[in-house]
Amino acid sequence: MYAISKFINISQHVVCENGKQIFHNQEDTFAAFMKNVYKSLNISYPKFYKMDDLCKLAFIASELLLQNVTEKDIALLFSNNEASLDTDLKHQQSIQNLEDYYPSPAVFVYTLPNITIGEVSIRHQLKSESAFFVAEKYQTEYLHKYAEYLLKTNKAQKVLCGWIHFLEGNYKADFYLVEKIGILEHSKEHINDIIK
Amino acid sequence: MAVFIHDTNIISPLGFSTTDNFQKILSGKSAIEMVFINDKIGSVYAGKINEDLFNDHFQSINADFKGSRIEKLLIAALSPIVEKNSLKNDSVLILSTTKGNIAALANNDLNAAFIDQLALNINSYFGFKKEPIVVSNACTSGVLALSIAKRFIEMEQCSNAYVVAVDELTSFVVSGFQSFQAMSNEPCKPYDADRTGVNLGEAAVAVFVSNEDRTESVQILGDANINDANHISGPSRTGEGLFLSIEKALNEAQIASNQIDYISAHGTATLFNDEMEAIAFNRLNLQNVPTNSLKGYFGHTLGASGLLETVITIESLKNNVLIPSFGYQQQGTTQQINIITKKESKALKTALKTASGFGGSNSAMILIKKEDHVRN
Repeated sequence: MYAISKFINISQHVVCENGKQIFHNQEDTFAAFMKNVYKSLNISYPKFYKMDDLCKLAFIASELLLQNVTEKDIALLFSNNEASLDTDLKHQQSIQNLEDYYPSPAVFVYTLPNITIGEVSIRHQLKSESAFFVAEKYQTEYLHKYAEYLLKTNKAQKVLCGWIHFLEGNYKADFYLVEKIGILEHSKEHINDIIK
Repeated sequence: MAVFIHDTNIISPLGFSTTDNFQKILSGKSAIEMVFINDKIGSVYAGKINEDLFNDHFQSINADFKGSRIEKLLIAALSPIVEKNSLKNDSVLILSTTKGNIAALANNDLNAAFIDQLALNINSYFGFKKEPIVVSNACTSGVLALSIAKRFIEMEQCSNAYVVAVDELTSFVVSGFQSFQAMSNEPCKPYDADRTGVNLGEAAVAVFVSNEDRTESVQILGDANINDANHISGPSRTGEGLFLSIEKALNEAQIASNQIDYISAHGTATLFNDEMEAIAFNRLNLQNVPTNSLKGYFGHTLGASGLLETVITIESLKNNVLIPSFGYQQQGTTQQINIITKKESKALKTALKTASGFGGSNSAMILIKKEDHVRN
């Protein structure tokens, strides 16, 4: 039996921890909202400002889950529907017009969804198992089973599962940490309640 | 539970079957040539599937299909595999790609660029009953998708999986790699002292994986996918993630590094990647194992590369032949590794496949051919 030890939901300018609101912001832009959440964490991590919006979202959600966690063997299973399409559109815009052509490595590097895994791994020094999945909606059935497989086979000591959505200003993050002891049973029902 | 790779298929500029591709490689043929991209970029050295030849080939598979080019590539890769291995109720399609139908963005068609939609279209084309799984993990995607197939079979999520990997040569990707100054102005030279970077390529590759032990199948004995936690666009200087991936894969396979007969490495021909791999292989005492990169034959096919190179590795094992690392002349890494310079017949049993990519990702997989599977 495994448990969910903590979960974080971010949407509509609100951050919730274990279902309770811990941060709310009146700012109307995603950028300002993220900046304020970042500041509230009292950390100094200048790389945050270089990240694209998908990575910022993954970074903040992971930070809230892992800030007091010392274990480093934490597998990361991230997923979403649009992969990196938000940044893909920015890169496409930079090459669409051959008369006004300005591709940038700082943008292009974020045209891969698993850069979110890279950013979180670097921040928390997780030299661990990871995978980025793309699906129409959160795949509770196989992600529930795969998280437990990684723990059972000792391929990881904890598993951080996250759904990260960012496309054209719309955003949502639902993250939870799976381990031996926690506040909720690691069941499909509980996962579906968290990712709703 | 033991997991095996059975039938394989490759659609690449070198040919439209595994046998065709392997024969071309054995004869020393490379797909890399000057390819025109657009008026801004001009031409670059790359591997590009010939449209006319592919369209002719596709006519023989389905003359009526009206989908996108990338869908046709996937269907062409999968069709013979599905024909030989009929779908079961629990069969799962696993798609590996970095960019899917990203070409659709140039036509302002955002909806067509969603990778899950691409997977769903292929899923319903063949009639899979379960939802598809999509792995998009940069340049390790192909090996990772195979690793996921093995693990999902072990955890009894399914008894068999059809793993398919694809990426196209697009101006989207070429422009990005150019902005990184990662592209070579000549045919790429993995591990060579004069290497100057990547050639890009394209391919679609499919394999059938199951828990059934058949004659001529190759077993996946161990696998791991460990992040460097070092840099999002550059490999670790110590090769830590690759080192850990190989170490864990060897541990799971319960074999020592001196039992590896051959390494099919990543070898993109960038200065940093190849150097990192040489360091990781030396840390594991793998520096004397015959090693190659297949990027000189196909270019870097991104999300397809890991699966493409695994299929060629399987052919090497089955045919007991070491393939030269195309483009290599003299040692170009600070630590010595054993790059294969000429075609050689040799009894082969166990191979290591590795891949590394952006986001600090690494994958390693141990493949073994059983003694009674040896074809001579």
